Amino acid sequence: MSGRIFNIYRFSSPATFYPLAGKIARIAAWIALLLLAVGLYMSFFVAPTDYKQGEGYRIIFIHVPAAWMSMFIYLVMAFWAGIGLVFNTRLSSMMAQALAPTGAIMTFIALWTGAFWGKPMWGAWWVWDARLTSELILFFLYIGFIALQGAIDDNRRADRAGAVLLLVGVVNIPIIYFSVKWWNTLHQGASVSIKNGSSMSTIMLQAMLVMTFAFWAYSIAVSLYRVRSIILEREKDARWVSELPEVGR
Amino acid sequence: MKALSEFFYMGGYALYVWGSFGVTALLMIVEPIMVHQRRKSVLQRISRLVRIKSEQKS
Repeated sequence: MSGRIFNIYRFSSPATFYPLAGKIARIAAWIALLLLAVGLYMSFFVAPTDYKQGEGYRIIFIHVPAAWMSMFIYLVMAFWAGIGLVFNTRLSSMMAQALAPTGAIMTFIALWTGAFWGKPMWGAWWVWDARLTSELILFFLYIGFIALQGAIDDNRRADRAGAVLLLVGVVNIPIIYFSVKWWNTLHQGASVSIKNGSSMSTIMLQAMLVMTFAFWAYSIAVSLYRVRSIILEREKDARWVSELPEVGR
Repeated sequence: MKALSEFFYMGGYALYVWGSFGVTALLMIVEPIMVHQRRKSVLQRISRLVRIKSEQKS
């Protein structure tokens, strides 16, 4: 793919994307810190006590953002992996690889906080309900992708195998999202939806949205910082890498 | 002081609220550290590689 088609392709080259990723990661990290500070303050000091769940409901301010991110990161990963599979672009596969650990962590946070919320409210750490089970499958998809990438030495083959796994697993995302509608689950239905708007109080919703953007910025910062290492690892023989100022001689 | 202990008591949900926020905070601190360590080790390896190459040339 040469530069004459579209200027955007310029950034599909690892050499030009590497410094850009560094810049975006730095900005995103600052945004994440700021939003986390504001979001945590709102979660604990601004949002009122819930009339039914008392203070216990405050878990929502990390549970929902993490759950949203776990699904969203997977979709972005599958998108990049698909692009990598079709156009054979190295960088998109590297992006998919860089997002995987962060996605797995978000999924783990969603499951963990869910358990710590389920115990006081439902009386059980875990139930095999459709929402929880499909989210657990998502966690295994992330772990499976990471393991598969690690098990294949040839990068190109690892990318292709990983992409196929991710694309097949995409079917799980709508299952997670609509599980509370399709099945009679113990997990409550969506409090926030595109069609019905929000059933939460405005201040709670605002706190949750700030936390969501904070998690968003965090994920961008961490995965772009990680992709820089992946680029260096894979391009270590390239001339531009050896000429980087951070590579000591 | 009372307000502080009341805050940490979380209306009786302390274990659940702090168990959730604590583990999340831990992961979001550990992950960036690990990413940073990875970068350091990659840069070290590449620097060595570049050094060896330049020695071979001369």
